[in-house]
Amino acid sequence: MISVQSEDFDASVEYAALRDSGAGTGAIATFTGLVRDNGDTADVSGLFLEHYPGMTEQVIAGLIEEASRRWDVRKARVIHRVGRLLLQEQIVFVGVCSAHRADAFAACAFIMDALKTSAPFWKKELSEAGEHWVEQKASDVARGKAWGK
Amino acid sequence: MTDQTLTVRFFARLREELGTEELTLPAEKEQTAGDLLAALACRGGPWAQLQGGQPVMIAINQAIAKPAAAVKAGDEVAFFPPVTGG
Repeated sequence: MISVQSEDFDASVEYAALRDSGAGTGAIATFTGLVRDNGDTADVSGLFLEHYPGMTEQVIAGLIEEASRRWDVRKARVIHRVGRLLLQEQIVFVGVCSAHRADAFAACAFIMDALKTSAPFWKKELSEAGEHWVEQKASDVARGKAWGK
Repeated sequence: MTDQTLTVRFFARLREELGTEELTLPAEKEQTAGDLLAALACRGGPWAQLQGGQPVMIAINQAIAKPAAAVKAGDEVAFFPPVTGG
């Protein structure tokens, strides 16, 4: 299931839903991304996240499908927030249920890494000095490429 | 014949710098997304960055596309900076 929303989410509720994925599930891997104070500039006070409604959900659905072809994926959950977010707020959640840990880790990392370079979201950093659009990082592109994306 | 136009959308930094969220343009025959970018770049000012400036990503009908991809009447074409979510 995929949600793009301005509201916060409760990771424990999401985890409980992932646990309820059948007796074949032997591993759950989750990732949560937060707004941190040091981005492209120091003293970041928050973020503004823009997205392309419709395309965003389609791209993420494609990534979950691809992950399901490459690894054992029993259930996957992606939540991405948009709009204005303050320091330390949750931005993104990825959770994957698999039979075994290797598949759960790999599918979770793949979805997260590929989302960063292919899902149409854009971050603007807000600070005392003003605001600026974040540039795509070479390290993120390299991580995507490592998965063949 | 149906409407012979296409919709062009801009996001994030491009949307702000061009001061434009959406355009409706006449659809040309045998036009690619790259042709469309070149035609828009000719408008000058901030539009010039669409060619030879910072990288521009292209989506046609909400799927990532290359500059050589054809665009036709009824399509939704989007131009935006490299994505930075997550």
